[in-house]
Amino acid sequence: MNNNLQKQLLKRSKAAKLERLGKTVSFLALMLITLTVFAIIIFVASKGLSTFFTNHVNWIDFLTGKNWNPNVTNAKGQPEVGALPMISGSFVVTILSALLATPFAIGTAIFMNEISPHRGAKLLQPVIELLVGIPSVVYGFIGLTVVVPAVRSVFGGSGFGILAGTFVLFVMILPTVTSMSVDALRSVPRYYREAALALGATQWQTIYKVVLRAATPGMLTAIVFGMARAFGEALAVQMVIGNAALMPTSLVSPASTLTSVLTTGIGNTVMGSLQNNALWSLALVLLVMSLIFNLVIRMIGRKGAMSK
Amino acid sequence: MNPKLSNRVAITVLYVIASTIVVILAALLGYIIISGLPALSWHFLTSPARAFTSGGGIGIQLFNSFYLLILTMLISFPIALGAGIYLNEYAKQNWVTSLVRTAIEILSSLPSVVVGLFGFLIFVVQFGFGFSILSGAFALTFFNLPLLTRSIEEALAAVPDEQREGGLALGLSKWETVLHIIVPAALPTILTGVILSAGRIFGEAAALIFTAGQSAPALNFTDWNPFNIASPLNPMRPAETLAVHIWKINSEGIMPDAKAISSGSSAVLVISVLAFNLLARFVGHRLFKRLTAG
Repeated sequence: MNNNLQKQLLKRSKAAKLERLGKTVSFLALMLITLTVFAIIIFVASKGLSTFFTNHVNWIDFLTGKNWNPNVTNAKGQPEVGALPMISGSFVVTILSALLATPFAIGTAIFMNEISPHRGAKLLQPVIELLVGIPSVVYGFIGLTVVVPAVRSVFGGSGFGILAGTFVLFVMILPTVTSMSVDALRSVPRYYREAALALGATQWQTIYKVVLRAATPGMLTAIVFGMARAFGEALAVQMVIGNAALMPTSLVSPASTLTSVLTTGIGNTVMGSLQNNALWSLALVLLVMSLIFNLVIRMIGRKGAMSK
Repeated sequence: MNPKLSNRVAITVLYVIASTIVVILAALLGYIIISGLPALSWHFLTSPARAFTSGGGIGIQLFNSFYLLILTMLISFPIALGAGIYLNEYAKQNWVTSLVRTAIEILSSLPSVVVGLFGFLIFVVQFGFGFSILSGAFALTFFNLPLLTRSIEEALAAVPDEQREGGLALGLSKWETVLHIIVPAALPTILTGVILSAGRIFGEAAALIFTAGQSAPALNFTDWNPFNIASPLNPMRPAETLAVHIWKINSEGIMPDAKAISSGSSAVLVISVLAFNLLARFVGHRLFKRLTAG
């Protein structure tokens, strides 16, 4: 009897067992996500690096070569896999669209948060949310039917190219950068504004000299985030950029980006062949760039936190 | 320029910028709806696509999109819920947690092409699922998990600590408190997050072109046995979704009415995403009212 009671008391209760089970299961779910990230990095890296280790392509030639034609071998007996046209294409559209989007995004964010909070919340907030929600293929389709013909009739050429890609990406990253800038402005304490206004500053002086300075780290994060999105965007860009793996020489001639070559090429090559491996190397470049963008965002965040 | 004048100029410029954005959205939506509406009809929404002649529809693609969405949610919601619960309720402030958070951030910023290529490598090639709905659902799960986990975690974090204390004071274990008090209290917010992410999944294409495939074989809508190849429920069949269809016919479509079909499909896609947005607001609001008697 005594023994039985002892057993009962020492045994884990049903609730304790359930607690343990729940904690373990939810932990496993979290680990699954973490492992996936490592698996993605490892698998893409191992496929991407095989161009250099299995096919013995010089990685410097790969990053700086200007000719992309994996089916052809050049004078040195090496396949022509120079990724510079795609890498520069990606960077050019990313930087141009970020340059174009930044003034609009920050201006809208200031308007929403400082000038007219009421209209900001009632009108612009839903507008931004709707813009985020429009799928990227729809942007690509509109780019194809509206932007490309417009570029063609204004600047000549085929209309396909970096300029069309920039316009499409501009609209695509605008909502992301705007809503993150709004968050940055919102985190500036109210008494900063009150202090500036009390000193006799006009509204614009307050915004420009106080609020924007205080929100700079957050704004930078927003812009880098937008750039990361632009860099990784695939289909919308692929539909309007023209898909010619050439060094971009003008804004209105067909070019290509890392993502556009990947989407059009992967299906047409045989797994394990050099042509295919070279594409995986492009995917690796894309992955590494995404990690770098992440790192930059972290560094800005850390710096912003320190100066506070 | 004196400060008063520059103030006025600056504010005018800001008004112009803000109205430009509204005009851009209005023009976008107007263009999509106006150019797409003439193509919409019951026939368009239900009949299968045709490769070479005009008059095809998007019935199969539409079905595929919804089926893929449901499968993805079935896989990703439990995982995201578990991860969100652990992160908010159990995780301590240590290096493991910060590593996990970093990993989630990285996953959420990965280009969707890279996620799609990983899905292609693992599920299509390695596991031999081929181009199938299942491969697509797994790829979309990776794409969906980080955002869904974060929104669930935020929803849980918004539940006041008094609720947890109340549960514990009643003698419930931590897990029971979470399961019976915290999750129900956070349910309206969680559901809003789920519906919003559904909109994102519905429009995603880049992660799908190499996982769910770019073809839509004919389906027999009277056969609901998931093991038959022509059954709509078979998860191992290739399934082009609506978003992929738009991309596909614009890059290599040869039917004469490709533009009308893409306009119509774009309109359907955008209207669906709008509907998801409205639904998210409505459901969250409604459920909150019912659960809180407020």
